[in-house]
Amino acid sequence: MSAAEHALGLTLHIWRQPDRTTPGKMVTYKVSGVSVHASFLEMLDILNEQLTERDEEPVAFDHDCREGICGMCSLMINGRPHGGRPATTTCQLHMRFFRDGDEIWIEPWRAHAFPVIKDLCVDRSSFDRVIAAGGFVTANCGSAADANDILVPKDQADHAMDAAACIGCGACVAACPNGSAMLFVAAKLAHLHHLPQGQPERLHRTQAMVTAMDAAGFGNCSNHYECEAACPKDISRDVIAKLNRDYARAALVSRERDDKSGGSG
Amino acid sequence: MTLKLQARIPSGPIEQQWSNARFEMKLVNPANKRKYKVIVVGSGLAGGAAAATLAELGYDVACFCFQDSPRRAHSIAAQGGINAAKNYQNDGDSIHRLFYDTVKGGDFRAREANVHRLAEVSVDIIDQCAAMGVPFAREYGGTLANRSFGGAQVSRTFYARGQTGQQLLLGVYSALARQIGVGKVKMFPRTEMLDVVVDPATGRAIGIVVRDLVTGAISSYAAHAVVLATGGYGNAFYLSTNAKGCNVTATYRAYKRGAGFANPCFTQIHPTCIPVSGDYQSKLTLMSESLRNDGRVWVPKSQADIAKHPDQIADEARDYYLERKYPSYGNLSPRDIASRAAKEQCDEGRGIGPGGRGVYLDFRDALRRDGEDKVREKYGNLFDMYERITGENPYKVPMRIYPAVHYTMGGLWVDYHLQTTIPGLFCLGEANFSDHGANRLGASALMQGLADGYFIIPYTLGHYLAGIAAKDLADPASAAFRAVEGEVTARIDKLVAVRGKRSVDSFHKELGLLMWEDCGMARSKQSLSDALSRIPALREEFWRDVTVLGGKDSFNQTLEKAGRVADFLEFAELMCQDALVREESCGGHFRVEHQLEGEAKRDDEKFCHVAVWEHAGDGVAPVRNIEPLTFENVKLATRSYK
Repeated sequence: MSAAEHALGLTLHIWRQPDRTTPGKMVTYKVSGVSVHASFLEMLDILNEQLTERDEEPVAFDHDCREGICGMCSLMINGRPHGGRPATTTCQLHMRFFRDGDEIWIEPWRAHAFPVIKDLCVDRSSFDRVIAAGGFVTANCGSAADANDILVPKDQADHAMDAAACIGCGACVAACPNGSAMLFVAAKLAHLHHLPQGQPERLHRTQAMVTAMDAAGFGNCSNHYECEAACPKDISRDVIAKLNRDYARAALVSRERDDKSGGSG
Repeated sequence: MTLKLQARIPSGPIEQQWSNARFEMKLVNPANKRKYKVIVVGSGLAGGAAAATLAELGYDVACFCFQDSPRRAHSIAAQGGINAAKNYQNDGDSIHRLFYDTVKGGDFRAREANVHRLAEVSVDIIDQCAAMGVPFAREYGGTLANRSFGGAQVSRTFYARGQTGQQLLLGVYSALARQIGVGKVKMFPRTEMLDVVVDPATGRAIGIVVRDLVTGAISSYAAHAVVLATGGYGNAFYLSTNAKGCNVTATYRAYKRGAGFANPCFTQIHPTCIPVSGDYQSKLTLMSESLRNDGRVWVPKSQADIAKHPDQIADEARDYYLERKYPSYGNLSPRDIASRAAKEQCDEGRGIGPGGRGVYLDFRDALRRDGEDKVREKYGNLFDMYERITGENPYKVPMRIYPAVHYTMGGLWVDYHLQTTIPGLFCLGEANFSDHGANRLGASALMQGLADGYFIIPYTLGHYLAGIAAKDLADPASAAFRAVEGEVTARIDKLVAVRGKRSVDSFHKELGLLMWEDCGMARSKQSLSDALSRIPALREEFWRDVTVLGGKDSFNQTLEKAGRVADFLEFAELMCQDALVREESCGGHFRVEHQLEGEAKRDDEKFCHVAVWEHAGDGVAPVRNIEPLTFENVKLATRSYK
């Protein structure tokens, strides 16, 4: 293969927005000499180098590990979170899936709960607030029994791991027409609720995280399941059914508890 | 030598030292803990665990990270596992064996007392992580599963598929989130520490100066103690397996304020990474060491075969060089040894793939023996990752791998209490130097990060705080803070004002290539001297010709990078100086002048010590101090894996 076959020229339409409050707009750039072996973010690096040479301010985009695990990268690529390839984050999306001359539209996550900070970067701290409301097992350091005292059936450990693989990137929210965080919240709950360690706080955790999710401004789930299709870690929508079941139980139990405390008061 | 290097190693036999130390340490009354402010910089395994645990104890904690969430620290990328001396496999493991393996694996350049303590608390780490719901791999009966890692002949590595670092970090993050939720930790994401503030009167660390990465605002935070857990400096080489944001700024700034920097030349080159494919490349991706449990490493015996498809190379024509050279450890030889061996094969012209810089990691035999399903269960996500990056299917074609910069054993010098040479400034995890000597064994970084954060700093920091009065909290508006803020601001102004012609990345790439060639897997007096003459010139050009577009009072990723690269351009010189003076080969530090039949040749007479560099002022040669190392429990011997 010749060198020319390895290099792409592309037309990029990119969302530029200087800060949270200033309105943004799509701006068109040409980028050339992109190797098909480069990742999508490396393609943006090349664009930014070319912009810098022309004295234009580079495009801001979030990224860190560039190996698909930290969850920092995002991007709507041609309307699909992370570009829409199965189980692939933007940093792991390679340019061999694009053709010379392609036009590509690149936007930030669009969701009420993820305000744009600049260009393609959004504020996802709402996810942290949801986790802080209950996405943990209360186990102070030093208080643990021997690890093998807690037996976990292998299939349950595997289910827990499947759900725990969530990287908190927010693609599920960006894909959802309602901007709902159900897949993210349900994945954390499923991780902990497949394990014996998660049982004591199960119902309280479910209620607390759902309440925090609503307070953070995420929309409701209306079963579109775009989230599952967009998830770069293949989290199954089954976790949402599990959440709904626990949430119903939690509502029932808390009503019973309220009735009892009302009776004795 | 002017640094006071008192390691504060406790008295008594090594098995009792940690227990003695804990009894001797002073305690802070539970009701008084809330009156003490602690700053933790970094939210990875070490920093996140420290922040969460100190808050659980009752301290008033502030935690800072440059990422948008503490859940993204680079610990998350660790794949293979975490070591612990549980001996669940009944295969002869013990605390002493883990201690022994780690000291030997580090080529006798780590401090015995620290390593023994690490081995002791390793068992508590697994208990704690399991209690928090870390989804470790399990056997059918529900007990924890283990696998083997390099440099050990027992199975002591706990894992969660190929995402162990992720799962351990999410455990830490959940504990941290709980403390954030109850208001015991104030979290500052997208905030970068740019300097540490030392009280001119007492010499103690009293706070930090940070930049809010969203608004660009520079501000000061005061505390009774500062804990740095800011990771390693592998990105000095530009291409490494580190995340793009990993940097040396926090530890290098601390060095410039008086903290000794230990063994900066000790860097780890990991043998199994996906080879470089082009000059656009922004990072290298690791393929977990755990793959060497089942993958066999080879190159063609004959140079004539290197262009052939691997299927067309018969077994007799393959050189399984690790199995040949190191029959007892084979493919699980330690990282430094496996990396050098790969380089050696490629230098002989037997490397495969583009540029001849690659060797095969072949699963053919495991696939035949165990079937594809079994292999997929163990390594599926790693195989998928490999295919996504290279476009090749490793179930069908052997992986191509080559060594890459992965970890740095050097770091801020700390005593047994993990305190630097600046009182009140502590350093944990990869950022310190203490436990891995000249080479870290696989699955030991996660162990050390969590040991430092969960089980060591909660004791030793308490001892420090018990010695100072709660009312003695510095004022962030005081002159000491103002002065440092002024220096930080001036530096940023200077970066923005250059407005030259070259991008920040172009300087970083040039530095990285220089370091890889001259201070990488093989170093010589000549290569290091050459680097030492080229680095200052590159640094001078940087300050004359770099361009940083965009303002300083807003979100500006170029400015962030520029500050970090500016520090790498100074720090790289320290790495080369350290490598030049250490006239021996040990672990990952391989001086071509000092070898015996291709193996590293230590010089225990002259170099059985920690080199601790002390900043003596800009433009002045730094001072090399020494902490002698003594080996009373592991016999100082030539390291052999044959």
